[in-house]
Amino acid sequence: MKRLLFVALLAFSVAAPAADFDYGLVARKVAKDVYAFVGRTEDFTMANGGNIVNSGFIVAPKGVVVIDTGSSLRYGQQMRSAIAAIAVGKPIVLTINTHHHPDHFLGNQAFADAPFGALPETRQGIAADGNAFAENLFRLTGDWMKGTEVVAPTQSLIAGTIEIAGRKLRLIALGGHTGADLAVYDETTGSLFAGDLVFNGRAPTTPHADVATWLAALEKLEAVTRETGFATLVPGHGEISHDAAPIRQTRAWLMWLQNSMRESARAGLDMNEVLARPLPPEFADLPVAASEYRRSVGHLFPAAEQEALGNATLH
Amino acid sequence: MKYALAALIVAVVACLPYQSNAAQQAVVDPLVSPRWEDMRKAFLADAPVVFDPAVQVISPANAENPMQVPVTIDATALGKVQEVVVFADFNPIVQVLRFFPDRAPAFLGFRIKLQQSSPVRAAVRTADGVWHVGGTWVNTVGGGCTAPSATGGSKEWQKRLNEVSGRQWSEGPNAGRVRLRIVHPMDTGLIAGTPAFFLEDIDFSDAAGRHLMRVQTYEPVAENPVFTLNLGPGGSEGVEASGRDNNGNTFRARIAP
Repeated sequence: MKRLLFVALLAFSVAAPAADFDYGLVARKVAKDVYAFVGRTEDFTMANGGNIVNSGFIVAPKGVVVIDTGSSLRYGQQMRSAIAAIAVGKPIVLTINTHHHPDHFLGNQAFADAPFGALPETRQGIAADGNAFAENLFRLTGDWMKGTEVVAPTQSLIAGTIEIAGRKLRLIALGGHTGADLAVYDETTGSLFAGDLVFNGRAPTTPHADVATWLAALEKLEAVTRETGFATLVPGHGEISHDAAPIRQTRAWLMWLQNSMRESARAGLDMNEVLARPLPPEFADLPVAASEYRRSVGHLFPAAEQEALGNATLH
Repeated sequence: MKYALAALIVAVVACLPYQSNAAQQAVVDPLVSPRWEDMRKAFLADAPVVFDPAVQVISPANAENPMQVPVTIDATALGKVQEVVVFADFNPIVQVLRFFPDRAPAFLGFRIKLQQSSPVRAAVRTADGVWHVGGTWVNTVGGGCTAPSATGGSKEWQKRLNEVSGRQWSEGPNAGRVRLRIVHPMDTGLIAGTPAFFLEDIDFSDAAGRHLMRVQTYEPVAENPVFTLNLGPGGSEGVEASGRDNNGNTFRARIAP
């Protein structure tokens, strides 16, 4: 059976990706001079090559600001070509990594000749874990990753409103999805790039999550959507929206997850029993909900368990 | 006469298809692991072996974190058992733990480190000397045995070494269940400069001092081990747990309902 499966996988991996490794990236206009590349709401596979993420760019008067670079060198290169076709003749003035997850920074090589920034903790995270992340993506997506090397951002970004290449951008330093998550708000058009603090129509991932911090960050992002100028939300994964619905959806998932871990721990469940619990109906049809739930149990249950066990009497 | 004997042998063989199938079942590994024969020799020697669905080994088919792979062994369907040995065919240190259920049912939950995808198995010895074997394949990205423990880099665990937290549930569907967590790095010795340092022995007794279960743990048990025992509704009067590691550090704790 195993051998059969292997043969099937082999056939699949040869047949599935486009022979030319073309991600088919299409820049979608979010607002005037603001664009996003919207990935699939899937897990990494040999078929999608890691195009499961959203990235974007803002065409400022004197150059282009790039937000996240995708999951591989090929993604970064194809993204850069798509940008060049729209922002004809304009230099890249800044590339930003919103956080240290591989689908957001492994395309960095394609932008390495221009200024590169991230929050300090994101820079450290990429330098420390980048290679391990890249190895894992080689395993999951194969040749789509060919030639990919980790390039860490060279500048530390500081929260606040900056003017860059003639455009006002608000850098919002948050955390919770990872130790450091940067949201970028384009003041001119009211476009909010939320990074992976917001997922839309896809279950959130939690390998480095601190749920309480994440929920607090969602409050801050929702406050941005209530500002008069707000027009568009670009989540880290899933469809673009013009309201705060994806923020509420992400919050609902996280709160359910947190409560579920606590309840399970208090009821005395073992981790395997927690894994076996069914998803509630409201999330049953959410893409990759079952697999993300299982991952999240591994990430979050040990802490909930420790909280529930308390101290035994020592003697 | 000679022909008659041959005919008799044929007849006997013809009468044995059921038994010979049964014998074959006993030796063909349902997990199709090339390591099975080595495992059998190492752990079960020449004793009789059956693959038995009564031995449930529950573990995720795909384990997200190779340093904390949950494993639940439930051999309660076999009734009274003598010993349970848990091993992972493809781990650099194959033996995970052994437990000896005395008054406690043959049930134990814990977490392990896996270095690569592997069968995880439990062999359960009943009083008749037969080993009943169950198991499941766990796929993982691996590296669980050669990655440093999460707290090993900090001084924190040294202060909290062998600190025990635990609870017993006295009502609800898990009445009689005991969960115990021990702070310990469970170093495998496979990381350069970090010698093997792990819990070796944990004993459980009830409030009246009667022995419940002994657990012998080895390097692949995950850092800060958590154990789940099911004592049943009758066994919820509190539990005493004591243990020691391979450096002679001991702990003793009372887990109250």
